[in-house]
Amino acid sequence: MRPTGAVPVLTLGDVVLVSIQVELHDELALRLQQDLAERVAATGARGVVIDVSAIDIVDSFLAKVLHDISATAAMLASTAVVVGIRPAVAITLVELGLPLRGLRTAPSVDVAFTMLGVRQSAGSPASTVPPPAAEHPSSDVGRGRRENVGAHEQLPPSPRVREMG
Amino acid sequence: MAMTFDQNANDDVADFLLEHEERITEDWLRAGFFAQHGGQEPEQARADCRAVLAAVADAARTGRAHDPAAPGFLQVRALLGDLVAMRTRHGESPSQTALELSRLKQPVLDLWTRHRRGDDDLTAHAVLLSTALDTLRLAVVETALSAGADIIAYQQQQLMELSTPVIKLWDNVLAVPLIGTLDSARSQVAMESLLQAIVDHQAAVAILDITGVPTIDTMVAQHLLKTAMAARLMGAECVISGIRPQIAQTMVQLGIELGEVNTQGTLADALAYALRRIGLLVARAENA
Amino acid sequence: MEARVVTIATELDIVRVRQTVRDIAVRGRFSLVEQTKLVTAASELARNALVHGGGGEVSVSAEPAGPGVRVRLVFVDHGPGIADLDQALTDGFTTGSGLGLGLGGARRLVDEFHIESTPGRGTTVTISSTSGGVVR
Ligand SMILES: Nc1ncnc2c1ncn2[C@@H]1O[C@H](COP(=O)(O)OP(=O)(O)OP(=O)(O)O)[C@@H](O)[C@H]1O
Ligand SMILES: [Mg+2]
Repeated sequence: MRPTGAVPVLTLGDVVLVSIQVELHDELALRLQQDLAERVAATGARGVVIDVSAIDIVDSFLAKVLHDISATAAMLASTAVVVGIRPAVAITLVELGLPLRGLRTAPSVDVAFTMLGVRQSAGSPASTVPPPAAEHPSSDVGRGRRENVGAHEQLPPSPRVREMG
Repeated sequence: MAMTFDQNANDDVADFLLEHEERITEDWLRAGFFAQHGGQEPEQARADCRAVLAAVADAARTGRAHDPAAPGFLQVRALLGDLVAMRTRHGESPSQTALELSRLKQPVLDLWTRHRRGDDDLTAHAVLLSTALDTLRLAVVETALSAGADIIAYQQQQLMELSTPVIKLWDNVLAVPLIGTLDSARSQVAMESLLQAIVDHQAAVAILDITGVPTIDTMVAQHLLKTAMAARLMGAECVISGIRPQIAQTMVQLGIELGEVNTQGTLADALAYALRRIGLLVARAENA
Repeated sequence: MEARVVTIATELDIVRVRQTVRDIAVRGRFSLVEQTKLVTAASELARNALVHGGGGEVSVSAEPAGPGVRVRLVFVDHGPGIADLDQALTDGFTTGSGLGLGLGGARRLVDEFHIESTPGRGTTVTISSTSGGVVR
């Protein structure tokens, strides 16, 4: 992946969709974060779907960007869903200490759209099984389960008080 | 090429090898080590020869003629490994391979002597050349030894993968029943195969069943926890079922909490949960 | 041991460091997970050298180790250094706007981690990982 260009942001009905296909350097990631916030505010989109399936590394910087996008979306009455985190990336994030608990995730764009209560995009038939939101299993089942903490409390605190998102 | 004394001996030897590439290749092909076996094309054998010769020249040029870990030798490590592996597959014994290798040296030294006839000040060069060729032999032996270790590692990996089968219970529902003692390496493999299976099967729920696991240590419990967190990042939910009472007790004593993980009593409970979770109802036929 | 040196002076260099490390890890037959961990650790340390150390460089080298290959990365900067290493390594500690996970996280992602820092002179972080994670 070449580290150039901006990341194109699409609007599909009620949802803002972005598929990251380039290696994101820091500035590009921050630009994307800003573009997404502006687009959500301008369109009143109910959801933001970020497809990261082409990304082979997420370090703490990009993880924070993803978290901030999700927190910003929440403030704009929208919901962000991150799609297609690869197994190796997921293992590394957990090892890094970034399980990103408040982040909504989905295995595919289709599932993300279903989670957001939106009909699938043209050409992709609705899956037979309605896949549920990954982070909202019904809390009445399962022993010893704890409710997930809110999106704003998921990251480790730093000794400095600071605002996130 | 006219040799002058202000030139560096390393360069001299390296240049000599490269300039006589054609001739040395012919000699080496006769020596056996590179000779074709089975499917090996003659052109391929020739190319292999040239690559190895370039490696020896590189080691000499960089002043690392004595060092099997020199960059030049490292670059042909994989190639040497393949050549050794191929000979082993054709039933050749290690001592036969060693013999063929030792035959690579003499023709090059002979060529050097003919080339340098009458020039007595070049003994250091001959020593250097001889050293570089001996080191090539050493590099091959090291590669062969580590190839053996590779095979053992590969077999261990295979065994571990065999002992952690991923089963599709339903559309979008997977299970990994773990049986026997879980060590850190095995739980790591189980974790990676489960996560890959989640992608392959587009799973929404993955069940790790540890009914058959007698004990668990802190490391393994950590792996289970990490698996669940990683699965969630990928958009799936990981459920752990079959935690035995003794294990639960040990984990509490060790201070391990599975607080964030969905645990279910038995594999059946986990399946029932998974089906509900993907929006399926299980009902008795007479009620349907 | 062959060493490649990558200068860390801009954000794009962080990407370059990642690509260089990925390259060498692939050639060292690291598994996908091992690669990802090493590249991620490298990304964290390169960013630290740039952001906190005012720029620096990393030297990347590989050597055979048992059945696998050990990749070693040495990050050097001549920035302000770190007065309290324990504190800097604590998850969540940051003097900037990050998450404070870079150093602690990088340490968890690799086999060996070593940090040396002299306040006023700079910081050197050395990490290494070896491929063939099963039989380590
Ligand atoms: N190369 C360096 N030179 C000087 N100070 C450093 C260096 N690397 C780290 N530090 C100090 O250690 C602290 C912790 O570093 P760490 O990488 O863990 O977190 P961070 O960079 O602040 O945030 P992030 O989670 O985004 O990496 C930094 O805030 C900084 O004060
Ligand atoms: Mg950092």
